[in-house]
This record gives sequence, C-alpha cells and structure tokens, in this order.
Amino acid sequence: MKVSIIQFPGTNCEYDTQYAFEKLGATTEIVWHKETSIAADTDLVVVAGGFSYGDYLRSGAIARFSPVMQAVEAHAARGGKVLGICNGFQVLTESRLLPGALKRNEHLHFISRHHHLKVVGNENTFLQKLNKGDVVNIPIAHHDGNYYIDPEGLKALYDNDQVLLHYCDSEGNVSNPNGSVDAIAGVCNADKNVFGLMPHPERAMESILGSADGKAMLEGFFAS
Amino acid sequence: MKAIVNVFLKQGVLDSQGKAVHHALDSLKFDGVNDVRVGKQIVLDLTAADEASAKAEVTEMCESLLANTVIEDYAIEIVS
Repeated sequence: MKVSIIQFPGTNCEYDTQYAFEKLGATTEIVWHKETSIAADTDLVVVAGGFSYGDYLRSGAIARFSPVMQAVEAHAARGGKVLGICNGFQVLTESRLLPGALKRNEHLHFISRHHHLKVVGNENTFLQKLNKGDVVNIPIAHHDGNYYIDPEGLKALYDNDQVLLHYCDSEGNVSNPNGSVDAIAGVCNADKNVFGLMPHPERAMESILGSADGKAMLEGFFAS
Repeated sequence: MKAIVNVFLKQGVLDSQGKAVHHALDSLKFDGVNDVRVGKQIVLDLTAADEASAKAEVTEMCESLLANTVIEDYAIEIVS
C-alpha cells in the first residue's frame, strides 16, 4: 500500500496523515505541490488538511491550480483512489472532483472539538470496515465546513450512495455543528474512487488522543 | 482599464455573514433593513485593449477562479 500525501504551502496535517498511514503499515511519500507527477505505484492520494495558500480568496480555490493537481486529477480519472481531508475536501470540491462546495460555518465560528459521525454509506472502499449506522468519534477543526449542494444534487448523492457520513451525537441522532445540508460530513464521487470529509480520521488513531475510531476508517483503503 | 467584480452567494444559499450583520444592525436599532448580503469585491487593473475583450477575459477569470459557481454569482463592471 503506497500513499502519496499532497503538501501545499499552508498544509499542516501532512505529517499526522503520514503517521496514521504508516502506523497501519503503508509506505508514504509527501509530495510538494510543485511536482508535476506522483509515484506510479501510488494506491491512494491524500490531499491533507490545513490552510492551502492561506485559504486566500476561498478555501482550496488557489491550491486547485497547483501543478500537482493535474497529476491528482489524472490519477482520479484512471480510477485511482483519492481522499481529501478537511482542507483537502475543500480542494477536491473546488477541483470539481467532488460535488458541492464548502461554505463558512453557519454560526461563523471556527470549530475544533471531537464530534460524532454516523456512517451512512459503506458500500465503498473508504468505509467498508464500518457498518451503516455505526457511530464514530472523530475530531473536527474547521471554519468552512458547511457543506452545500442544491436539492437536485443532494437527491443524486443519496440515489447513488455517495453520502458517506452525517454529523450526529453519541446516540446517533442528528447533531449539526456547522449548518451543512442534511448534516453531511463527507461524500464521494459517482465512481466511488474520490472521497472527501471535513473531520480528521488521522487525528483519531490512538485512544490516548481521545479516540482510535479513525483507524477503522483509514483501514478501508487496505482491504481490496 | 479597470474591472470591478462583485461576488455574492447565490440567492437561496444561506448567507450566514449577511444574517449576522443584519442581526447586529437590528441590535443597533436600525430596524429598516429587510435583508443583508455580504460579498466580496475584486478590482482588477487590466491591459485589455477594449471593453469587450476585458469583459470576456474577466468572465473567464470568474468562471475558473474568482467565483465558485456552485454557490456564488458574480457581476462584472468595466470602468475606464
């Protein structure tokens, strides 16, 4: 399992992501955004969290034009797997690799805390180790995590099992921290090889950090 | 030649910043406000030869970078 982790100026979760995947047994490589290619044996590209280009203009808007993103788009077009976490999710929506967009949190606050998530769709690589309805505890840390998609787009997401996770409380009841449409925390593309979520599974790898629930999520990429 | 680009969230997409400003104006007893939208203005100094080519170029900029057309509308004004 080879994971290529994309690093823009302002990315700050690349080493947590590297730690998480190496802990699970992957070999990893951090790829600077000026690179025009990613390793040919890459199984998974991770667009890590942070504040790419300081989130100037809009979160993820400028990162989309970095040279490496052409290689990421080509990898996705070949059916290669891509995971965007937090700012990486924003970059993937700006690149139109994922549907929808992320707006400022409804209450305009930066939110940084653990939050529960309910698994909505597990018929995909990413969440295959979890069951529908499972509740996991994963940190969130974002200012622009308010997922928006128009009603038609939302219907298409559900029809095609592209909604991955809902924000919820510890009992699994809907609890929406940021105003996202339908409390959506993560989605995938129609071909189910590109995944994005605002929460940070790579920060939930050890119970000493408050939760090890991120392991079950990232392990999905290791199963065939 | 200058272009002024105004970018706002689309009608129907909740503008939380606008709501917060509206609420603050209410608190200050400015009760004659129906709605507030907060957007951003981008002013471009261009080398374009004429208004039509300036408009075409800025439209392309808006579509590719300046606005996210999933959630935002933009309006372009060319001023000399």
